[in-house]
Amino acid sequence: MQTFDLAADGLRTLNATLHAQAEATNQTVWEVINPKGSHAIAVGLDAPIEVNVKGSTGYYCAGMNKQATVHVHGSAGPGVAENMMSGTVIIEGDASQYAGATGHGGTLVIKGNASSRCGISMKGIDIIVHGNVGHMSAFMAQSGNLVVCGDAGDALGDSIYEARLFVRGSVKSLGADCIEKEMRPEHIAILTDLLERGGCDAKPEEFKRYGSARELYNFKPDNAY
Amino acid sequence: MKDENRSAPRTTPIQSATFSQSINAEIRRAAATGIYDIRGGGAKRKVPHFDDLLFLGASISRYPLEGYREKCDTSVTLGTRYAKNPIQLDIPITIAGMSFGALSGPAKEALGRGATLAGTSTTTGDGGMTPEERGHSNKLVYQYLPSRYGMNPDDLRKADAIEVVVGQGAKPGGGGMLLGQKISDRVAEMRNLPKGIDQRSACRHPDWTGPDDLEIKILELREITGWKVPIYIKVGGARPYFDTTLAVKAGADVVVLDGMQGGTAATQDVFIEHVGQPILACIREAVRALQDLGMHREVQLIVSGGVRTGADVAKCVALGADAVAIGTAALIALGDNDPKWEDEYQKLGTTAGAYDDWHEGKDPAGITTQDPDLMARFDPVEGGRRLNNYLKVMTLEAQTIARACGKSHLHNLEPEDLCALTMEAAAMARIPLAGTDWYPGKNGSF
Repeated sequence: MQTFDLAADGLRTLNATLHAQAEATNQTVWEVINPKGSHAIAVGLDAPIEVNVKGSTGYYCAGMNKQATVHVHGSAGPGVAENMMSGTVIIEGDASQYAGATGHGGTLVIKGNASSRCGISMKGIDIIVHGNVGHMSAFMAQSGNLVVCGDAGDALGDSIYEARLFVRGSVKSLGADCIEKEMRPEHIAILTDLLERGGCDAKPEEFKRYGSARELYNFKPDNAY
Repeated sequence: MKDENRSAPRTTPIQSATFSQSINAEIRRAAATGIYDIRGGGAKRKVPHFDDLLFLGASISRYPLEGYREKCDTSVTLGTRYAKNPIQLDIPITIAGMSFGALSGPAKEALGRGATLAGTSTTTGDGGMTPEERGHSNKLVYQYLPSRYGMNPDDLRKADAIEVVVGQGAKPGGGGMLLGQKISDRVAEMRNLPKGIDQRSACRHPDWTGPDDLEIKILELREITGWKVPIYIKVGGARPYFDTTLAVKAGADVVVLDGMQGGTAATQDVFIEHVGQPILACIREAVRALQDLGMHREVQLIVSGGVRTGADVAKCVALGADAVAIGTAALIALGDNDPKWEDEYQKLGTTAGAYDDWHEGKDPAGITTQDPDLMARFDPVEGGRRLNNYLKVMTLEAQTIARACGKSHLHNLEPEDLCALTMEAAAMARIPLAGTDWYPGKNGSF
C-alpha cells in the first residue's frame, strides 16, 4: 500500500500521482493521510485503484471518478463524486450538498446522512444513503437509482425524469411531477442488489418507490409556474 | 348625417406607437394560444451598438500604416494567467458555443472546419462534444454547462480550453428548452434522456452556488486537466463590472462577456428582448473591472453579441477586448436565413432574414435541425469554406481600420481612436461624442 501525506506533499502532487496510474498498475491501493478537509481530493481518476482517505474531505472529492474505488473514512463536503462515470465511492460519515450530482454511472454509498440536493440531475449513477437525505434531492434526476434508508426532505424528485427513487422512511413532500409508484418484482430485484452493494441492513419490502408522473415531459402553459 | 358632414376633411388613420401592429399581433397570438412566444436568435430591437461608433483614422498627429503592405498582426493568446498551454489564435474572432442538438452534426462540423481553416477556435455547447466536432476543430473549447448534458471527463481532457457557462446574453438568469421534435436518437443518448421529450437546460449549476464555490469548482477542473488548459467563465451582459470582478476572483483565465444581442437556440421572446444589456454598454465596464484589478490583458476578455463585421471586431478591441466571439453571424455565413430558401420560409409563415423558429427543427437551410432530409441539404465542407471566407474578410476589414489608425497590431487600437455618433453610445462606451471631447459622465459630469 502506498501512503500519501497530503499536508506534506500537496494536492497537485497527489492528483498527478493518482492520474499517472495506468490500467495495469501494481500500485493498486493508496492511503491519503492528513486530508484536513481539502478540496478536489482524488478527482478525475481513471484506473482500477483503491484510494482510502483517512479523514474528512472538502468539496468535490472523487469528482468525475472512473473505475477507481475512493473510500472516505470521515465525512465529505459538497459535490462528492459529482459527475462520476464508474467505480465506487464510499463515505463512512455524512455527505454535504449535491452528493453524486450529475453522476453518469458507478456507485456512491453514504453511510451517514446526505444533505440537500443529493443526486441532483443524476444521469445513471446509483446512490445508496444509509441515513436521511435533505430537501430537493433527486431534482431533475434523469436516470439511475437513489436509495434512502432513512427519511427524505422536502420536494423529493422535483421535475424528475426516469430515475428511480426508493425511500424506506418518510418523505416530507414530493416535488413537481414526482409520484409514488407501484413496487413490482423487478424493482424488488433492483433494490435487493442496490442494498447489497451498499452494505445496507434493510429489507426491500420496507421501501416505497417514487418516480416521474411524466406530466412535465412536454411543455405546456399549465406547467409554467 | 348631412351630406356636408360626409364630405368634410377627416383625420388620417394613425397607428399607435404604443399599440403598434406587431404588438397587437402578439396580443392576438397570446390570446389565441395561451402561451408565450419562444424563438431563437438574439434581441431584435434596436439598441445602441457598434454602428454608433466611428474610427477617427490617422491625421497629422497620427501616422498611418501602408494599407496593403505593412504588417498588422491579428494574433491573440488566450489563457496566459494559469494554463500551461494557452490557446494561440491567428485571429481574434472565435466561434461561440452552440449545441449539438440545437444545430445538426454537419453544421457543427462546418463550424469546426471553418474555424480551423481560419486559425481560430470553436466551442461546443449544451449536449456535449461530438467526434465530428473534435475531429474537425484544431482548437476546441468545451463548454461546462448547468445541465451537464453529455459532460464527461474524457471529453474534458480532450478540450483545448474549458468554458464554464454562468449565463449568456440572450437570457442572463435563464435556462433553456430543447423541444422534443429535435431530440433524435443520438441527441437523446448523449443527454441520457428519452427520445422526443422536451429537455430542460437548468439555469443554475447543480453543484455550486456562488463565486466562492465557483473558485473551488475551477480548482477541481484544473486538477482533473492537470492545469494544462485555460478556463474561461462566460457571463451574460447583466452586471459586467461585478461579474468580471468575481470571475477573475474565482480564477478565470479568460472572461467571456455576451451582450443581449447574442443568440440562443430557444428562449422566450420576452426574455430575449427585455433582460440584459447591449454589448456596447458592457465592454468598458468589464475592462474597468480588469483594470481595477490590474488584470487587463493578463485575464483576456472575449466579447460577443451582435458582432457582424471587421469594423465591429476593431471597435470591440479598441474598447479593450482581446477577442470577439460570433454565433449568429457564423450561422448566416453557413447559409442560415438565405433568401434562396424564401419559398420555404414563406410556407413556415416567415421570410428570409426573419426566420427564428430554430427550436422547431424545420430549418430549410438544414442547420438548426435534426431532420435527416433537411440536414442533407447542408454540405459541411462547403459550409466550412464559407465560414473561413467570412472570417478572412472580417480580419482584413479589421486590419484595414487598424492600419488607418497607425496600429501594427489590432490590440494596439484604443478608445482614443474612436468617436461616438450618439449621446447614448457616448455614455455607454465612454467615447467622446463626435466633434467634442466630452461624453456623458466624463469627470463625473452629466
